[in-house]
Amino acid sequence: MSRRVVLGIFENESSLLKATRESRQSGVKIVDAYTPYAVHGLDEAMGLRPSRLPWVCFGAAIVGLALKLWFEYWATMTDWPINIGGKPWDSLPAFVPVTFEVMVLAAGLTTVFAFLVISRLRPAKRPVLVASGITDNRFVLVLEENDAHWDFRRIQTLLQKHEPVAVEERFEGE
Amino acid sequence: MADLALIRHVPLIGGNKTLADVTRDVCRPLETGPTKLWYVSFLAAFSALAIGSVAVAYQIATGVGTWGLNRTVGWAFDITCFVFWVGIGHAGTLISAILFLLRQRWRTSVNRSAEAMTIFAVMCAGIFPIIHTGRPWLAYWLFPYPNFRGPLWVNFRSPLVWDCFAIGTYFTISLVFWYVGLMPDLATVRDRLKSGFRQKLASVMSLGWNGSFRTWHRYESVYLMLAGLATPLVLSVHTIVSWDFATGVIPGWHATIFPPYFVAGAIFSGVAMVLTLLLVARKTMRLEEYITIRHIDVMCKLLLLTSGIVAIAYVTEFFTALYSTNPYEEFAFLNRAFGPMGWTYGIMVSCNVLIPQLLWFKRVRQSPWIIFPITLLVNVGMWFERFVIIVTSLHRDFLPSSWSSYYPTPIEIGMLIGSFGLFFTCFLIFCRILPVIAMAEVKGVLSPAHPSAPDREGTSIPATGSEAALMPSGVRS
Repeated sequence: MSRRVVLGIFENESSLLKATRESRQSGVKIVDAYTPYAVHGLDEAMGLRPSRLPWVCFGAAIVGLALKLWFEYWATMTDWPINIGGKPWDSLPAFVPVTFEVMVLAAGLTTVFAFLVISRLRPAKRPVLVASGITDNRFVLVLEENDAHWDFRRIQTLLQKHEPVAVEERFEGE
Repeated sequence: MADLALIRHVPLIGGNKTLADVTRDVCRPLETGPTKLWYVSFLAAFSALAIGSVAVAYQIATGVGTWGLNRTVGWAFDITCFVFWVGIGHAGTLISAILFLLRQRWRTSVNRSAEAMTIFAVMCAGIFPIIHTGRPWLAYWLFPYPNFRGPLWVNFRSPLVWDCFAIGTYFTISLVFWYVGLMPDLATVRDRLKSGFRQKLASVMSLGWNGSFRTWHRYESVYLMLAGLATPLVLSVHTIVSWDFATGVIPGWHATIFPPYFVAGAIFSGVAMVLTLLLVARKTMRLEEYITIRHIDVMCKLLLLTSGIVAIAYVTEFFTALYSTNPYEEFAFLNRAFGPMGWTYGIMVSCNVLIPQLLWFKRVRQSPWIIFPITLLVNVGMWFERFVIIVTSLHRDFLPSSWSSYYPTPIEIGMLIGSFGLFFTCFLIFCRILPVIAMAEVKGVLSPAHPSAPDREGTSIPATGSEAALMPSGVRS
């Protein structure tokens, strides 16, 4: 499937934010934006839903906690019970520190791993850069033609209002 | 609120920088050869590391008997160094995670090097308990793994096992946190450098980062969660380290004050170490406009605050011991301050409590040449604090017949030198191959007055002034 996209390349955050807001209001489909840093408020301007990764983090924490707690009880009460200084078999308070550490470890590693998978980031992957300078000082807004009434001029005028460095039309083959 | 008004009008980064300036300035050390000063420092650090390696190799080959330990003083230099280095690491997490959650945007200039410092410090720390086991090739016995001895599991009721998990998790999460912060900057390095080892490293490690905002959006959420996880983690780590002592019955160790006392001390020594490194880095790498006098001033205030907490802990534990009417407790503390090793207590109190009082003066907080020796002395004092806690409590315990003294051997001193060598060698290599300032974060806090810098209208935060500049980008109110 090929598609037609328009790139608005900007020099600063505020132009990008304004252009994004206006594009969204006028019903143009926003493919993505490319920025050198996390621009504050751009998620609202683009209408992105909050990430669901916190749920992954929460789930991993619960699983890590439960598995570790079970393992501590199993190892010290069932598999090879050893009486250490007459301490009770059910030493829950003494099991807390390790359980906590393992919970944090499981939650942290799983969250980052899930993030890499969802964002399709992997070692030595070749980056697809839509324009030069994105990782330096350029802000790019990518809009997609999504209906028959696509009017490049109209989009161009819309983007031109916000002082872009360049507006480009591209065909993407997929 | 006068302070807040001041913050609004003073930009965090000096020199009216543009986004491209930030990239250029931070990448400069990666594009040019090292300076003479770097070579000299590296040679010094590497020599120290070599001395330490020889000492450790001799100790492993011969045995723990090469140390000055005896039946009464079973822990001394090794555990002192362990606690010292773990403590140094804590400031990195404080700056990267706790200050992030507290929305202190000034942290952006210093967090990268502080996090690197955490990782290297925890590496230094980890070496000591491992070689203290006497048979470091069996160090994996510290973790529960299926084995042919039963399987015999580790004792989960022991603070030493807790410690193992705490340090292991702390190292892993710090490394991940640091790496996640590095990803966008590695992409910048990848796109900026033409060729060479650093470019290749950045290409592999930047994971194909292309600045997509959909990725940024998730990234911010991940960063916030990691900060949220690292904050209780860092508090737990030194708490657990303090339990190595507090769960024992030795007078001077068996105290409920230990967890907060240790955490505050850890942050105190860590902030001092961050300041030591930053004062050198900003001069030698020409980063004065990024690490400004204001950053140093704020860090000095943190130093003063934690010094105050440590001072209260010293007074409280002494008072409690004398008030306890327990003769052993009373003796332990009087012996600490006035016994044969009283001079170590004197160094501890003067370096940690008296000298930092100079930081009350604004003029001192703004003069790097006065702060630098203060930070060094604080770390001397904090090393001695751990020595005082460990050795003076042990050397005269319950029965006078078992009293003893302790003198370090050259091997132990060599190990101490070696740990500093390892720390600075790692740090100097880091300065040469990775961006020392978090570019992507600094770009987000550039002065709003600048034409290419943010005006943040239309967000959920009122756009008047630059209150938004106080917010870490991951946190929405």
